[in-house]
Amino acid sequence: MNFPIFPKAASTTAAQTDELYFFLLGFSIFILALVFLPMFYFLFKYRRGNRANRAEINLPTTRIEITWTVIPILMVTGLFAWSARVYFYEEVPPPGALNINVIGKQWMWKAQHSEGQQEINELHIPVDQPVKLTLASEDVIHSFYIPAFRIKQDVVPGRFTTEWFQATRLGTYDFYCSEYCGTDHSKMAGRVVVMSATEYRSWLAAGAPRNTLAQSGENLFRELGCSGCHVGSTTVHAPPLEGLYGKMVPLSDGTFVIADDKYLRDSILLPSSQIVAGYQPLMPTYEGHVTEGELLELIAYLKSIGGSAPPKNP
Amino acid sequence: MSEAEPSYLSAGDTLGSWLLTTDHKRIGLLYLFSILFFFFIAACAAALMRLELLTPQGDLVFSETYNKLFTMHGVLMVWFFLIPSVPSVLGNFLVPLMVGARDLAFPRLNLLSWYLFVVGGFFVMHAIVIGGVDTGWTFYTPYSSAYSNSHVIQMALGIFIAGFSSILTGLNFIITIQKMRAPGLTWFRLPLFIWSMFATSIILVLATPVLAITLVLLSVERIWGVGIFDPKLGGDPVLFQHLFWFYSHPAVYIMILPGMGVVSEIIPCFARKKMFGYRFVAFSSMAIAMIGFLVWGHHMFVSSQSIYAGMVFSFLSFLVSIPSAIKVFNWTATLYRGSITFGAPMLYALGFIGLFVMGGMTGLFLASVAVDVHVHGTYFVVAHFHYIMVGGMVTAFMGGMHFWWPKITGRLYPPLMAQIAAALLFLGFNLTFFPQYILGYLGMPRRVHDYAPEFQIYNVLSTIGASVLGLAYLLPLIYLVWSLRYGKPSGANPWEATGLEWKTPSPPPKHNFNETPIVMEEAYNYPSNKDHGDPEHV
Repeated sequence: MNFPIFPKAASTTAAQTDELYFFLLGFSIFILALVFLPMFYFLFKYRRGNRANRAEINLPTTRIEITWTVIPILMVTGLFAWSARVYFYEEVPPPGALNINVIGKQWMWKAQHSEGQQEINELHIPVDQPVKLTLASEDVIHSFYIPAFRIKQDVVPGRFTTEWFQATRLGTYDFYCSEYCGTDHSKMAGRVVVMSATEYRSWLAAGAPRNTLAQSGENLFRELGCSGCHVGSTTVHAPPLEGLYGKMVPLSDGTFVIADDKYLRDSILLPSSQIVAGYQPLMPTYEGHVTEGELLELIAYLKSIGGSAPPKNP
Repeated sequence: MSEAEPSYLSAGDTLGSWLLTTDHKRIGLLYLFSILFFFFIAACAAALMRLELLTPQGDLVFSETYNKLFTMHGVLMVWFFLIPSVPSVLGNFLVPLMVGARDLAFPRLNLLSWYLFVVGGFFVMHAIVIGGVDTGWTFYTPYSSAYSNSHVIQMALGIFIAGFSSILTGLNFIITIQKMRAPGLTWFRLPLFIWSMFATSIILVLATPVLAITLVLLSVERIWGVGIFDPKLGGDPVLFQHLFWFYSHPAVYIMILPGMGVVSEIIPCFARKKMFGYRFVAFSSMAIAMIGFLVWGHHMFVSSQSIYAGMVFSFLSFLVSIPSAIKVFNWTATLYRGSITFGAPMLYALGFIGLFVMGGMTGLFLASVAVDVHVHGTYFVVAHFHYIMVGGMVTAFMGGMHFWWPKITGRLYPPLMAQIAAALLFLGFNLTFFPQYILGYLGMPRRVHDYAPEFQIYNVLSTIGASVLGLAYLLPLIYLVWSLRYGKPSGANPWEATGLEWKTPSPPPKHNFNETPIVMEEAYNYPSNKDHGDPEHV
């Protein structure tokens, strides 16, 4: 049996989190000393039978109380500010991060790279490059947790969530599901393989999938009949989708919405919730007809024909 | 002291005289027996889990069984042991005595509370016996509403019913403390235990209905498929977490405020000193009750709630640590120039402070939202809340039982045995749960039936600690039962404590006081210690 006392640290977030963690450890030891040294001293000195000055004394109680209320408030405010800054850093992905989709289902993880590779309970990523995971769940709430990167995000059914990181060290690191999700929750784990950029490229090429994610999405777009209404001069009047991604869309209730992943997801699954201005609510729901993986492929396709989509990563 | 009225224990010994009693003291004992029963079952579940976790492989029980064990452990410990522990046992026994009343404001309602608790417990036990529930005590949707094949409804129904017991007890305490104080017993002469029970009762009354509503919504979705939480039915799973934690975070304070109240009674008594900063300690209980309602979102930092909500909840969570810190500082200051003895209740109280401060400090780690992102859902959280709930509340409950045992039974227990048990509890507890902090930062997720081999050493330590802890629970059971028959009579006030409960015989007469007491002085008015250093006065 080995005695690990500290986890591997392999991301930019890990460095920042650990700094805060060590400060908190030091702070805790300081506070413990501040509380327990006087306490032990009093317990020893004023134990019954020990000679000590026990004369009544009038201490300025209110002033003491205010002191030990205000100083801790200032201290925790400082801690709050520091931790909020790190939190903000780790929650907001930088623009241009490499997007990989990760789908959780009872009890496995599936990753989709935009070049089309798919993997189960493994995630290959390049080092020193921001990677953004778009997370989706087929069933219950899961949580995608990579201890060595110090990041975690719940994977909530019915929505996309995201988490991002930038790996700093090559190697293999465990990931877990950290939100209890049923019988084999503890088996829902895998490993992240951090590779150099060139290795990652050759890994992508070696898989040699038939289609990229967007091409699979295009096939689905036809198979599911989306193209019947949304493409060219059809008899049914449906909004065109070319150049849509990232644009402002006017809705029939007078509001506007940005055509992002969430909007596209809702339009496919809950088409009557947001009607584009000038169109009839004709589209049927695809809830139950597409899996989360297919949904992400469709969205990848719509992004690929989108106007101002973020530039594709190599 | 005239023995005009027989003690509450000898006022009738038929089963009916116990099961139909409206005497708050007897109802307190009924609660004691009930919660010990649930504690025993929940502790057995914990023992099985600790044995399973001795090895990284899942080799003792099936994963499904393991999931049912931790659900059972959580549900029984939270709702059927911790929440009723100090309030329903010691609170029931002591609130009327401490305020100088003959009983609680509504004695029959009090008996109804116990019956609701038992009926709720029956449904929960039924759910366990017919196959158990595998959702965890948190019942997160949509797993609990759509995916789990276990007996969620029966379990939820049991908790729902027991919730009314909490509400009624809370109401009873609030009204008793408001309206039935003895002549001269003004708010700022009340023992701090009463202040903490008052704060706890406010939470019980305001928060428990939200739990009831949440469990009803969960059942409606599960039975009739009405979409509330399940996204496949158009619901929102995160809404469930908001509702659940809106109750369950304040419930954490139901599980610690009463313990702080117990410690605030023991420390001045064993230091022979007036409580330092009485008003600040009293108001800090109220502050905890209030701010405690505003921090539920810190259970959801990685749930996909907005990052700005996360920051607000983070700041409020830091803030809620302040009133707890104030209490600890005041307890320490109370020792200054005291004349301190180390009877078992004092050892438990000091153990409480040690474990509570360690639990509280790690609360700051969890309030630091960036660190929480890493340790959320890991053993770090398990260690943290066990430090508060077991290290805090259970230690305080044991301290309270040892402090008031002579009052409840009229007997003394062997003091050395009790001191050993208190020390054993402190050691066993730390050995069980401290390694879990390290495990958590290493990244071991909670609620797992098997785990990576590098985590094994800490799990072994934890299991050894749990055995010591088990012994520390067993020991008092033996000598306390022994004392019922062989213990020396305690007399009315063996600790020479202040407080009205000590001014009546032990065990107290059925109607508590032979004459209505009149209060002329502040709480904890212990005589000056200035001679206690002289060898002639030791």
